[in-house]
Amino acid sequence: MVALASNDASQPEAPALEMRGIEKSFPGVKALRGVDLNVRSGEVHALMGENGAGKSTLMKVLAGAYRADKGEVRVNGRPLTLGDPAASRRSGVTLIYQEISLAPNLSVAENIFLGEEISRGGIVDRAAMRKRAGEVLETLGTSFGPEVQASRLSIAEQQQVEIARALHRKSRVLIMDEPTAALSDRETERLFSLIRKLREEGLAIVYISHRMAEVYALADRVSVLRDGGYVGTLERSELSAERLIQMMVGRPLGEFYRHERHKAGSEVLEVKNVSDTRGKVRNVSLTLHAGEIVGLAGLVGAGRTELARLIFGADRIASGSVLIEGNELRARSPLGAIRTGIGYVPEDRKQLGLFLEMSASENITMNVLDRESVGASMLRPKRLRQLTLQAIKDFAIRVASPAAKALGLSGGNQQKLLVARWVEIHPKVLLLDEPTRGVDIGAKSEIYRLVGELAAKGVAVLFISSELPEVIGISDRVLVMREGNLMGELRGGEGQDAITQENIMAFATGAASSPA
Amino acid sequence: MPPEPTENVRPPSAGGNAAPWRRLHGAGPILGLVILCTLGTLLNHDFATFDNAMNVLTRTAFIGIIAVGMCFVIISGGIDLSVGSMAALIAGCVILLMNKLGNVGFSPVAAVGLGMLCALLIGGSCGFLHGLCITKGQIEPFIVTLGTLGIYRAYLTYFADGGALTLDNTLSDTYSPVYYASLLHIPFPVWVFIAVAAVGGVILNRTAYGRYVQAIGSNEQVARYAAVNVDRVKVLTYVLLGVCVGIATLLYVPRLGSASPTTGLLWELEAIASVIVGGTVLRGGAGSITGTVVGAILLSVIGNLLNLTNLTSVYLNAAVQGFVIIIVAFLQRRRR
Repeated sequence: MVALASNDASQPEAPALEMRGIEKSFPGVKALRGVDLNVRSGEVHALMGENGAGKSTLMKVLAGAYRADKGEVRVNGRPLTLGDPAASRRSGVTLIYQEISLAPNLSVAENIFLGEEISRGGIVDRAAMRKRAGEVLETLGTSFGPEVQASRLSIAEQQQVEIARALHRKSRVLIMDEPTAALSDRETERLFSLIRKLREEGLAIVYISHRMAEVYALADRVSVLRDGGYVGTLERSELSAERLIQMMVGRPLGEFYRHERHKAGSEVLEVKNVSDTRGKVRNVSLTLHAGEIVGLAGLVGAGRTELARLIFGADRIASGSVLIEGNELRARSPLGAIRTGIGYVPEDRKQLGLFLEMSASENITMNVLDRESVGASMLRPKRLRQLTLQAIKDFAIRVASPAAKALGLSGGNQQKLLVARWVEIHPKVLLLDEPTRGVDIGAKSEIYRLVGELAAKGVAVLFISSELPEVIGISDRVLVMREGNLMGELRGGEGQDAITQENIMAFATGAASSPA
Repeated sequence: MPPEPTENVRPPSAGGNAAPWRRLHGAGPILGLVILCTLGTLLNHDFATFDNAMNVLTRTAFIGIIAVGMCFVIISGGIDLSVGSMAALIAGCVILLMNKLGNVGFSPVAAVGLGMLCALLIGGSCGFLHGLCITKGQIEPFIVTLGTLGIYRAYLTYFADGGALTLDNTLSDTYSPVYYASLLHIPFPVWVFIAVAAVGGVILNRTAYGRYVQAIGSNEQVARYAAVNVDRVKVLTYVLLGVCVGIATLLYVPRLGSASPTTGLLWELEAIASVIVGGTVLRGGAGSITGTVVGAILLSVIGNLLNLTNLTSVYLNAAVQGFVIIIVAFLQRRRR
């Protein structure tokens, strides 16, 4: 296929990847507005930007998943046919998505050869595939062999399979989209040494990440996108966290947590000796007061989400009780909780939070349809539209129109949409589970501002977060869980009562416990 | 970058890039209908007559009314395979009841009236039963209604002793206007069809309930965590469909005045096909009553054309409908 074009290898200086003037629009949103990107062979090129800045869209254009409206792409100097995944693959570009896409029931070897099986006379030659796959895995130094079933591998190992597949296809450009999101520290370290090895072998690697530390550890150069536009590229020697943030956000960050401490009002929620049926929450008691923000910290798996779900009525309580303004919640279901004024923003907003296929307006007003209807539950379109526009304004949700689907919004805007839905019910208690996860820096600060405003209006907020600076910055007091138990509370006083990383970690790791 | 949401907000009428495509898609079934009607007019000059149009619409009414109910069920992410059998069972029960009431001295009008009421009750109860099995029993809708598909028709066959149940003559005379009468030259079943479709459209698009149905179809778990009473809404969709089957059946019974094991055969195919052809996705979440109505008419126009012309054998009618569903599903697949 490439025989005709192979003569123009006479351009040794051509970058491994050259994207120029890429533009791409989606209904209502201009996702890319003339983006340039140059990646050399043998470099790790970090691509940074807030969620919604256009990084993933740009990479999907490169992989052929999207067809760009304008612009051109050259791989090793040869123009690439846009919008054709097969052409992208043939040109030696491989994208490793955030979500691993291996066929779980096939072996590692079968996955590596998926779609291009070695066959002899129409029959798949398993032995040959196993042998070749084994060779590739060996160069990567994996701890598993080619005949293991993909579903048995950890995420880090599945990633290695994807990389092996790319190498097997002789890819020269490897794009990794947030590859460490689901990896442990040790796995991340292994991945990094693998990436460095691939760089030495002359591959061009585009590395998309939010994490400053990773970019420092790996990148030779960094390009920044903002709002679908190309902001600039920094050489390694020019890197500084401040400069990168400014490029990504477009302004100095200034005061990040602007939350003012509130005077707590009357007691709104009381949780008494609550345990769940699976041992994930053990005999937890806590109270929330009107107008305060209570951080709930702990390591992953400490039972924080499970506790929030118990309060919300999503899971069954084995023992104990939940009281709202002194009245015990009897109907233990989300619907019952919502009716008494408890809102819950789940961590997994795509699976549990949003109606992705429905419009922004429908998402925002879903919880108040009964209240806002007249007669035999007839909707009032004008009223709903008015509520939607108000919420879009109050929450600074960037959306093309109230009729735009939630699916097309960036993570931060989706999250704001979800918070807006709960605010519509005028909640007494709002349970926020990792509300800033997967949200860019700008949207984070907006979410902090919103949460502060809600508290100022008298909402009791339980703020679950694994990011300690955030918990410390926003909370009036902090509760810490460990292995299902509430270990202690930090009220923000002096010494051991101070809200500091050290004190939180002491409770979270079990180094300290308060008699509470 | 300070966000400027208010500036970005455009009224939907201004339209995004999605609007033309969406409009085009909504017009798909109508376009198909126009093409078919043009074809019909060219092939047979009996096609484009008022009488034939009314004939087609009257025949559409039964399936169309059921399809309106089916539309709710499918949008909520469910399915009901039993509607044909249910229609047969309702027809049989109604005939038995009317005959009985006539024999014990009720006036024909009272007997017919009570029988018609009973059709709605049986339909609603069958739907309620489906809804309970699906929500409280947590059984797949496909399995529940596959089961009742067999059960309902078997009971009808048993009641009819393998043959046919026939309405007594006096009752039949009283009852026949329900099918044969017309108002302003438009047959009565067509009026009912229009009314059911209009009410269905209002419920789906203009009430909180309709919004909840779409929400559940869009993502049931999310709906559960929003203020949606998922179980109640789902049960109600099946009840609504059952009542629609009841209405369709009480219009259908006076046509022949009898019920047999072949009554309502393959109605589930036609009703589901109407919904799908009308642009509602089987996965649920969104759909349209207008589309469903057009889909139903489109399918019976196909049947009508097969009858009027000799393009293919009329025996292949169901096959043509089957092909149409698969083709439309194929076209929908492209939209993802």
